[in-house]
Amino acid sequence: MAPQTRKAAIVGGNRIPFARSNGAYARASNQDMLTATLDGLVARFGLQGQQVGEVVAGAVLKHARDFNLTRESVLGSRLSAATPAYDVQQACGTGLEAAVLVANKIALGQLESGIAGGVDTTSDAPMALNEDMRRALLAVNSAKTLQQRLKALSGIRPGQLVPEVPRNAEPRTGLAMGDHAAITAAEWEIGREEQDELTVRSHQALAAAYDRGFFDDLVTPFLGLTRDQNLRPDSSLEKLARLKPVFGQGADATMTAGNSTPLTDGASAVLLASDEWAAEHDLPVLAHLVDAQTAAVDYVHGGEGLLMAPAYAVPVLLARNELTLQDFDFYEVHEAFASTVLATMKAWEDPAFCKDKLGLDAPLGSIDRAKLNVHGSSLAAGHPFAATGGRIIATLAKALHEAGPGKRGLISICAAGGQGVVAILES
Amino acid sequence: MSDWYRDFANSGFGTTITKQLGLPRPAQLRRYEPGQPLLPGPAVVGSAGEGRLRDEVTGLLRDAGVTVVSPVAADGSTDGERLAAVLLDATGLTGPADLAAAHDFLAPALKRLRPSGRVLVLADPPTGTSSPAQAAARQALEGLVRSLAKELRSGSTANLVHVPLGAEGSLASPLRFFLSGRSAYVDGQVLAVTAAELPSAADAEQPLAGKVAVVTGAARGIGAAIARVLARDGAHVVAVDVPAAGEQLAQVANEVGGTAVALDITGDDAGPRLAAQLVARHGGVDVVVHNAGITRDKLLVNMDAARWNSVMAVNLQAQLDLTQALLATDGALKPDARVVCVSSQSGIAGNRGQTNYAASKAGVIGMVRSWAPEFAERGATINAVAPGFIVTEMTAKMPLGTREVGSRLNSLQQGGLPVDVAETIAWLAQPGSAGVNGQVVRVCGQSLLGA
Repeated sequence: MAPQTRKAAIVGGNRIPFARSNGAYARASNQDMLTATLDGLVARFGLQGQQVGEVVAGAVLKHARDFNLTRESVLGSRLSAATPAYDVQQACGTGLEAAVLVANKIALGQLESGIAGGVDTTSDAPMALNEDMRRALLAVNSAKTLQQRLKALSGIRPGQLVPEVPRNAEPRTGLAMGDHAAITAAEWEIGREEQDELTVRSHQALAAAYDRGFFDDLVTPFLGLTRDQNLRPDSSLEKLARLKPVFGQGADATMTAGNSTPLTDGASAVLLASDEWAAEHDLPVLAHLVDAQTAAVDYVHGGEGLLMAPAYAVPVLLARNELTLQDFDFYEVHEAFASTVLATMKAWEDPAFCKDKLGLDAPLGSIDRAKLNVHGSSLAAGHPFAATGGRIIATLAKALHEAGPGKRGLISICAAGGQGVVAILES
Repeated sequence: MSDWYRDFANSGFGTTITKQLGLPRPAQLRRYEPGQPLLPGPAVVGSAGEGRLRDEVTGLLRDAGVTVVSPVAADGSTDGERLAAVLLDATGLTGPADLAAAHDFLAPALKRLRPSGRVLVLADPPTGTSSPAQAAARQALEGLVRSLAKELRSGSTANLVHVPLGAEGSLASPLRFFLSGRSAYVDGQVLAVTAAELPSAADAEQPLAGKVAVVTGAARGIGAAIARVLARDGAHVVAVDVPAAGEQLAQVANEVGGTAVALDITGDDAGPRLAAQLVARHGGVDVVVHNAGITRDKLLVNMDAARWNSVMAVNLQAQLDLTQALLATDGALKPDARVVCVSSQSGIAGNRGQTNYAASKAGVIGMVRSWAPEFAERGATINAVAPGFIVTEMTAKMPLGTREVGSRLNSLQQGGLPVDVAETIAWLAQPGSAGVNGQVVRVCGQSLLGA
């Protein structure tokens, strides 16, 4: 048994450029994308034929046949076939949660190295059989005689051919995630213009990062795509102002296709290790994963917004690490919607919310916007659900490394089901 | 990218037709494969005048497992099977009269030469004597070898190596290269060796074992072939290419068990960035291959500044800057490093529509020659390789007529393959090639252009 824990190092990352739904990766499966992403990571760090401790990844939209998605991707990759793997799924928190799992095993000495990742396709999405059809076919399958089989088959009706298409909606409310976010935006009085401003900044920051070569060792092109397909370097307030709201009701509706993330396809992976393993392999340590926290809110009956869980997770994480919200050099707040980022920050500034909901004596306070999502985030890059965590970890780790030792970064990711995953990285 | 004409000319019907019509008959070249013997048959060593290399060469051949037979009699009779190589030690030349002995030795021997045979002439450099008659005789060999290379058929080549007094120890590496299948597309060339400190003999099958080699432009074409051959010879390859080529680059790196580095080599901090990574991740670099290159063809009068500048930036300035950065960074370039710069036939012969490209590639030759003495001092070398018509994805897009003519305008009557360039580079990268420095080796099948 390891007598004490150690902090897991983030060695580096890789992702494929994110593609818009039914765009460049329309015909790529989750396994194709995750395998290519692992292979890009292998090429970057010279891991061909090597066994890493574990590969942990997942997808939010997953075919039933992909029950062992990550292990199958490992087998198709250039990693040693003796590399164990398992799947996880925590909605949009999948990628970060996978990294936390790998980091914790490294911290406990159960692993020396591991890869955490995530992948999602909204193009090659699973489509389920109509529930009536599924029941009818199950009956056919269990029939023992020809007669029984014919009888079961006679129960099939043309209407049952209509498949069940996956929807980006909460099962318990029937509302799309954007509709939920719009309720929160209205509650917190998040204006249209501030959402559009955040969106423009995201596009400009991501484009600038690409232009200066920041993503050269974080991204590997895939199927001809070399940059994120959703990125609009020429995005402007004027252009965004012309878009009609798509979520929310009436004159107060502020959320458009511009200041909301589009459906996206993509994959990401992060290489974590013990400091010793990294040194043995002559590999860099960009940052360490210091700590992480999850939270969940009752958005069904509890009167809290669907995507507000990170607002609850962060103060717990801060308290445990004896930090204030201002003790960070970089903030990576996942831009599910511009309004989500703004509502979360407003909540942390709000004395009533911090006292009543978080049980704090004083509000967490505001964060320096100049330190927020400095290399762009999901509004520009897109958001392939499970792949966002890996994108953010690798981006933040590199930014911390560039900034020098002793720098600290906060990651905050909201997820479907009223959940949130947050983490602290340190260089 | 198969050579349909070569395959046709080597078929039963094609042989008849091409012979009757007097059409070119390109041969299947003997190319190197690991485990292959140095030569597929015996070799003969002769001399013109009282040379000093005959015993040394015979010893080198026997060490490499080659059977050395006695010279072929004037009537063509021999004591065994047909010859795979004919070597002439011409270091004993004192004047033009001695050249008759070269003729007397070569003529009957060449009649016994096998397909993909090798003729290698060893001589002193013409500049190394104060006697005009001796200089004339030595220089005469260039005319002899270059013409002989044009006369040889069936994939055979002829090359000349200048070995000055005291540089005999440097001969082993070029000798092996020119006799082996590695030099399949190197023909009619003159190479000079110099005295150098040679490392102890390396594993012939893995001459680059334990070495780290960086290759720019490695995502495809000739660069990918270079990565493969260097890895085959034992090197860990750091494959560099522009970020946009990252997908293919990763595939190449994974194929050769190397490392992919996506980097625009024309970027301001590209040199320091690469140098820092080579130090941190690989403890420095043993072999540097400046292969990345682009073409932006236009007649000079129609060429805009962008075309001129981009070609210069990638093909020449980046080679200068990267090399400079490696030299300037502590621990980046190993003392006995091998730097190989890809030039081009266009840089030697010029090419219509390629003033920018030819200028950049000629510049590479100037750079190599200028740096060579400094490199020699630290036990390193820097050389240029100038490919001729090499069959790649790029040439596959040329119009059929242009491509066919372009690929036949050389003594081997066919285009070379990326692997031919790669083999030459891998040879120059060997520790044993310490005595080859500041040279320009053309891989062009003795092209008619710029000869």
